[in-house]
Amino acid sequence: MITGVRSRGARVRSTMFGYANLVPFVFFALFPFYFMLITSFKSNAELYSLKSVPLWIQNGAITDHYRYLFGRTEFLTWIKNSLIISVAATSISLVIAVLAGYSLARLRFRGVGSFGTAVFITYLVPPTLLFLPLSQVVNWLGISDSIWALIVTYPTFLVPFSTWLLMGYFRTIPREIEECALVDGASRMQTLLRIALPMAIPGIVCVVLFGFTLTWNEFIYALTFVSQSTSKTAIVGVTADLIRGDIYYWGSLMAGAVLASVPVVACYVFFLDYYVSGLTAGAVKG
Amino acid sequence: MAIGSVGVATAVPRPSLRARLSELLDRENWLGPIFVSPALVLLLLLVAYPFCMALYFSVSNAFIGRPSNFIGIRNFVRLWESDAFRQTFQNAFVFCGLAVGAKIVLGISLALLLNQQLWFKRMIRGAVLLPWVIPTALSTLGWSWMFNSLYSVVNWTLLAIGIIDPPGPNWLGQKYYAMAAVIIVNIWRGLPFFAITLLAGLVAIPKELYEAAEADGAGPIARFWHVTLPLLKPVLAVVLLFSTIFTFNDFNIVYVLTRGGPVNSTHLFATLAYQTGLAGGNLGQGAAISLFMLPLLGLVVFFQLRYIRRE
Repeated sequence: MITGVRSRGARVRSTMFGYANLVPFVFFALFPFYFMLITSFKSNAELYSLKSVPLWIQNGAITDHYRYLFGRTEFLTWIKNSLIISVAATSISLVIAVLAGYSLARLRFRGVGSFGTAVFITYLVPPTLLFLPLSQVVNWLGISDSIWALIVTYPTFLVPFSTWLLMGYFRTIPREIEECALVDGASRMQTLLRIALPMAIPGIVCVVLFGFTLTWNEFIYALTFVSQSTSKTAIVGVTADLIRGDIYYWGSLMAGAVLASVPVVACYVFFLDYYVSGLTAGAVKG
Repeated sequence: MAIGSVGVATAVPRPSLRARLSELLDRENWLGPIFVSPALVLLLLLVAYPFCMALYFSVSNAFIGRPSNFIGIRNFVRLWESDAFRQTFQNAFVFCGLAVGAKIVLGISLALLLNQQLWFKRMIRGAVLLPWVIPTALSTLGWSWMFNSLYSVVNWTLLAIGIIDPPGPNWLGQKYYAMAAVIIVNIWRGLPFFAITLLAGLVAIPKELYEAAEADGAGPIARFWHVTLPLLKPVLAVVLLFSTIFTFNDFNIVYVLTRGGPVNSTHLFATLAYQTGLAGGNLGQGAAISLFMLPLLGLVVFFQLRYIRRE
């Protein structure tokens, strides 16, 4: 048979064709970021001139918008709030999810099946369904308008997702290894801490990364539960507080958007493969 | 075996509390419930309870800071009679249908393109995935600048190429254009999820099948229809269900881009619920709007669970 053995020329041509088709997709994906970046460095005179070419910086890059952000707004406070909330909510969720995920994967007890189903269902419940009653719960708990409102509520979507993900990782660990340890006199607690946990490190890294990203990016709860400017997260601070009335300061808005994305992008660049594996595990809401 | 231990048992001292506790923790029917209880408490208190509250709110006249009374299904009736809600209902299906449809077609194409032998494969994949990682509210802010009524770079480019006539559409201020803008941004944000997940599905298809099909004389299109698509179906189903839920429940993009305007033409359930329930203070009606998302969610959960059980 000759089919299947294609000439070198045909192969090169098909490769070039593939690249050419990828160009529009990559352009579509990246152009908004490029445009946000150049906007944040343009002078107001250039931004609001109908004669200038918007596609690149013509009159020299300036850092005024960034200086405005640091000097005249609460931007640094927002970043600090976001960091505290993300780290706290992710850590709490991780501990809860390790225990729950391990139980689902390994322990046999009454109700384990229905607990697993319940976790899966809550994992699919979107935050947009619950934000109204949750805002009342947060009020009753007396933590509205503070970062505690978010530290307490973010685990509601992190725990189901993390439990589900970790359960999958714990299941891939061969049962025999743990059984050996148990026969040798280790307690269940010890097998979890010394054997299962170290072997599930990739899963834990995945949970931490996604937890950090999801909490950092969260919008509707942060918008709803916190209205005092000094308690806002970076995302809500930039989207809500940099706009005064109907006046949009596009330069500083874009500067804020760029800077507030930096922590997430940094994680992403270093751990790309974890993101891909977490995503393809069907683990994450698209 | 009991014979040998008669009389010996009395000599053994009563185990200490600590020892008994650790023995208890070794029994699975004790340890299991202890391990799941933090998660269970959290889910009951902050998911199940608020959910029941939402159900109650929807049949009450609850207002922020006011005691509420049971009023039956009056909220739902009133919603169905309001133009804003009916518009929203229609928007939700138009938005979800068009956005998910486009994401499937583009997602499969992009996944097929990424599945070739490529240089810089990792970098290209990283670039394509980026819109999904960046905070949606912030990237949407970038898009709203790109769709600005006066300085839109989209219009500038289209004018420069000569596709449209000056002054060009006011993307976020005109009815159908605003919906188009919202859909475009949703596609941009959701495409990476489709492409990368489907790519994982494509990689898992055995190469031999393609070779066999090619040997039987199947062209590229026949191979796609008879090998790729059938084998991709399970992954496609999962991606589709997930995406449908989260497109249907979208909040960030619409809130940042148009706030539901102009004249409710881009409102979705979540944004209308926010506007009615929080900005307007009418918790009862807001909750009723949110609950309209429930039937679809239930359907998706049902199919997902069935799929998982079958595996």
